[in-house]
Amino acid sequence: MHSHSRFLDLYVILTVILVAAGCQTTATSAPNATAAPATAVSNATAAPTAAVAPVTIHILTQDQAGMKPAEIDQIARDFEALNPGIKVSMEYVGYDAIHDKIVTAMAANPPGYDASMIDVIWPDEFIKAGYLLDVTNRITPEMKTGIFPASWNGVTRGGKVYGMPWLMDVKYFMYNKDILAKAGIANPPATWEELVTQAKTIKDKSLVEFPINWSWNQKEGVVCDFTALLFGNGGAFLDASGKPIFNNDKGVQVLTWMKQTIDEGISNPSAVSSDEGAVEASFLAGKAAFAVNWMNQYADSNNPASSQIVGNAAFAPMPVFAAGAAAGIKSASVDGSSSFAIMATSPYKDQVWKFLVYLTSNEIQMKFSAEMLPIWQNDFSGALLTELEGKTPTNPVTVPAFLAQFPYANERPTVPYYNEGSAALQLAIQEALTGVKSPKDALDAAAAKWVELAG
Amino acid sequence: MKLRLNLRQKDIGIAWLLVIPSLLVILGVTLWPIIYTFFLSFYNVQAGLNAVRTFVGLDNYLTMIKDQVFWETIGRTAYFTGVSVSLEIVLGLAVAQLITSKPWGWQFLRFALIIPWAVPTIVNGAMWRWIYSSDFGALNGLLYQLGLIRHYIPWLSNPNYAMNLVIVADVWHMMPFVALVMQAALAGLSPELEEAAAVDGANAWQRFWLIRLPLLRPALLVALVARTVDAFRVFDIVYIITAGGPAFRTATITYLTYLTTFAYGKQGLGAALSFLISAFILVMAFIYIRILYRPEEI
Repeated sequence: MHSHSRFLDLYVILTVILVAAGCQTTATSAPNATAAPATAVSNATAAPTAAVAPVTIHILTQDQAGMKPAEIDQIARDFEALNPGIKVSMEYVGYDAIHDKIVTAMAANPPGYDASMIDVIWPDEFIKAGYLLDVTNRITPEMKTGIFPASWNGVTRGGKVYGMPWLMDVKYFMYNKDILAKAGIANPPATWEELVTQAKTIKDKSLVEFPINWSWNQKEGVVCDFTALLFGNGGAFLDASGKPIFNNDKGVQVLTWMKQTIDEGISNPSAVSSDEGAVEASFLAGKAAFAVNWMNQYADSNNPASSQIVGNAAFAPMPVFAAGAAAGIKSASVDGSSSFAIMATSPYKDQVWKFLVYLTSNEIQMKFSAEMLPIWQNDFSGALLTELEGKTPTNPVTVPAFLAQFPYANERPTVPYYNEGSAALQLAIQEALTGVKSPKDALDAAAAKWVELAG
Repeated sequence: MKLRLNLRQKDIGIAWLLVIPSLLVILGVTLWPIIYTFFLSFYNVQAGLNAVRTFVGLDNYLTMIKDQVFWETIGRTAYFTGVSVSLEIVLGLAVAQLITSKPWGWQFLRFALIIPWAVPTIVNGAMWRWIYSSDFGALNGLLYQLGLIRHYIPWLSNPNYAMNLVIVADVWHMMPFVALVMQAALAGLSPELEEAAAVDGANAWQRFWLIRLPLLRPALLVALVARTVDAFRVFDIVYIITAGGPAFRTATITYLTYLTTFAYGKQGLGAALSFLISAFILVMAFIYIRILYRPEEI
């Protein structure tokens, strides 16, 4: 009986301690969550315990385009060495998971992530939801004038800045020099019609079964490719009043062409279920003569560990349709830039900002420029250009390719309902490509959905 | 007597003390989210900090019930559930019979059976996505080597194939669960009934259909309910292999709920969808129990 009572006492004490510990976490973290950045910093530096226990900031980003996770990890460790009070915890996920992970994380306070990579198509939705911190006052004049204006456009709404530019990327047109040479083709195509002609020559000579692969699976990649093709045909997503026009003749022509290239065996039929990774895999295996993909594919194509076409990949300006060329369009691609944004409810806004400034600094971006080029415009002229081109073996090729293609990057619509609108467009394109609907009917249905979402 | 009652009362008190922490956890991580989701399902609420909630009553439920996409998705989910659970039950029972008959290597078979089930669903999905890969997949490689195809087939690009291929991946993953349940049930059956039937002239099929299968009914009920509930909520394997494509032809009801709630930020509508899924599952479980549950036979 005595031991029974002691057991109970012990049990009650343990329970109380555990509950109190749980409450303690909430009690200390909640005020921080709403504290101003200055308060968070002063807490971290003033309290004696804060100097001993470093603050850990959690950053979410993708493991696809841009720097490799190992490179970012190295940057984070270098930053920690310079800033002993801050530890950086990076989380790498596929691009397609990031949006939804942000939405989920923001349901908690403080959120699961203090900052995240954000694609150029998300700011409107996230600003409306109140997720992103306004960092306008943190932007220095050097940043404002040093970074490409196009990068700022991606994170600026109503004169306020909601993130730090990080990656300037567009979709590039790449070709296999060896396959084109064997086919007797002197120059890569300037128009999509010319690509079809060249592809037929390549097929006739049995050099590859399907000359081009695309990321046309039911994800954002298909909308990116559609954007490049649509603008290359003189089309657009919305008119001046915001009404969808991607279903007009220009859009229908593009989707009809996409379907036709699959039917004729020009485009790989697996494109309907391929993402950018699958496109890269077939191009690097020498199974495709052409590919439309992000810049990192070029560096990967020259990596002997993963590529069978080392030294054979080359860039050409993204082709346009003959009608677009006749209208004076020289090239048309899609903007795939991204930024890092601080979550509005993060308790460590200053620490995160410090890391983002370091991560996006000219020195770091110059050093790790094999997979992505710097956002700093001075790097592309004069002595800095020479330095940049000498930084990695691929830069002498990628830098001119970037300078040639980026001016022709087109934006996808900047609307708060973009994600759902994009899903409707992805469905429409896939319905047309798989023959479920005609291109016209499919695009009309998607346009109707956009009108409904805008209303 | 009084002392006994006091001891019993004390035991009840201790029991409650021991259970309360678990109850608090269950309340916090299970019951409260369910209650909150039910509450949300009556509001129009968009994802976001300080989002404005508007009470809409049953509108979210009515919106979905009137939506053609919802019913198409329910149809696809029912197809996935029906075909995958049927295959798992039939194959699982066959494999369990095989193990019970103890052929050469049956112990290895029983061990090997656990491997597909032990593989996490995400890994299983990624593995099958590579098997189905048009350019590099093992399925095309095998069929090509056997001379059955002349060109590689883009399996997951075809709206007519895609759902069936996801079902194959799910059956490979979950059939072992059914087989193990059935094998355990078969091991508990007395051989005397079947031996007596054999003496009376019953053939193997009659012994299986008229004696063994009815005796397996409780185990079948467990396997059917567990697998049907699981299959109707399928999400991860679809997300990994097809992401709902091509042309939404593999999007199941849970995938639609995920898109609605997180990708489109319509949390009220997503909450209503969650409860509609629960309603469908409850109805199916009720039907199974009415048909198969015979307490007098247990």
